Amino acid sequence: MHVTLTINDTKHHLELDPRVTLLDAIRHHAGLTGTKKGCDHGQCGACTVMVNGRRINSCLSLAVMHDGDAITTIEGLGTPEALSPLQAAFIETDGFQCGYCTPGQICSATAMLEEIRAGWPSHVSETLDGPALPTEAEIAERMSGNLCRCSAYPNIIAAIRLAAAEREDAA
Amino acid sequence: MRAFDYIRAGSCKDALAEAETPGTAFIAGGTNLLDLMKHEVMTPARLVDISRLDLRGITLTDAGLRIGAMVSNSDLAADPLVRRHWPLLSRALLAGASGQLRNKATTGGNLLQRTRCYYFYDTAMQCNKREPGSGCAAIGGFNRIHAILGASDACIATHPSDMAVALRALSAEVELLAAGGGRRQVPLAAFYRLPGDTPHVETVLEPGEMIAAVLLPPAEGGRQIYRKVRDRASYAFALVSVAACLRMETGRIAAAALAFGGLAHMPWRSAELEGALIGEAPSPALFDHAADLLLAEAKGQGDNDFKIPLARRTLAAVLAEATAEEGARA
Repeated sequence: MHVTLTINDTKHHLELDPRVTLLDAIRHHAGLTGTKKGCDHGQCGACTVMVNGRRINSCLSLAVMHDGDAITTIEGLGTPEALSPLQAAFIETDGFQCGYCTPGQICSATAMLEEIRAGWPSHVSETLDGPALPTEAEIAERMSGNLCRCSAYPNIIAAIRLAAAEREDAA
Repeated sequence: MRAFDYIRAGSCKDALAEAETPGTAFIAGGTNLLDLMKHEVMTPARLVDISRLDLRGITLTDAGLRIGAMVSNSDLAADPLVRRHWPLLSRALLAGASGQLRNKATTGGNLLQRTRCYYFYDTAMQCNKREPGSGCAAIGGFNRIHAILGASDACIATHPSDMAVALRALSAEVELLAAGGGRRQVPLAAFYRLPGDTPHVETVLEPGEMIAAVLLPPAEGGRQIYRKVRDRASYAFALVSVAACLRMETGRIAAAALAFGGLAHMPWRSAELEGALIGEAPSPALFDHAADLLLAEAKGQGDNDFKIPLARRTLAAVLAEATAEEGARA
């Protein structure tokens, strides 16, 4: 089937079997291998990308269902020369060991900070009325869909808090 | 994954017409269905994509709240009306899955998600739900997560949804569409089926029928609480959960609706338990009596025996919180 995906502002016209997941379309058909395949069952979050601004597990979605959608992967967030604030913060705080989960962590955190900004509550929020704040407990809860086999969690949370604080300062 | 034909529905009418072909499944968020298709637990020959249908509205009506079947779990949890008047529903949704999954999972799909019984997922094992008549490997197997109420000799699986437990306590109804223009409304209480000797038939949905909306009656005053007990603090299914809507008047319980997750093949509710609370002043003895009524027929399977005392304690904790005087809440 013919599918058009706009990945990081570039249109990709792909011919795909309906079984191809969004993850495999991104990696194997569009050639963008920054997004990682971990469990391939929606449990680890390594495949997290943003679709129309929202984070999802790309392994649990069919590419054909995303015809016309705008997808952002780790490659679309920043470059080695111009890192995104979260990418820079992960380096600053040493928010990884092996790095395999990192693209998913950063894509997830990028969208998660927008969810906080939009005032979405979480399971650990004291009230449902907000305001939502990027505290350690809130970040841990909101990032629970991203596992890190190396267990670099303390520094992942530190990176996200740093990026969130920098954005507050800039705002 | 087995090969399938993919059809994107342009309208509910198209989707329902397509679903008349045997072997067709609807796909919306796909977060559970695609996982099951990868494991070949489910092998539909045709997928009809209903994710773009115009069923995304959340509307306040005289009859209550109408939630379109395609509303994502994230949008529903964050909806201002839901947060304000049905906080139980927000809390239950936020207690389930992960941020990524909630962004994709839909209201209709959440109701229809399948059990996470390990033997259902493992195609090498016996499972009457996956393969009717093959047996149940969970009975006598590893059954820590399994049912203590309403189970049968054919199946001891639990329903995994948190959202459905809240909806059951909120007396929700489900609006169903059928090909040819049929439309019916079913209380959630009557939507799910106990396993009996047909555990593969989980709801009263007829082949080809589609969930269009979930309907909530107007919110009653009082406290709404969702308490979930699980093996880790986040991103895990409930071992036991309690959804409570409770209203006090002059020191006595005036209204109580309680639904339980993790205990049965469907969200569980006991009219006897609720009846015993009405008109009474809260006390540990009353909560214990309520638990007796809930658990009179409870049967452990070995690994899940702990759920019986856990359900008792969780119910007592929720009732204590729900009936505590203002200012005295933990």
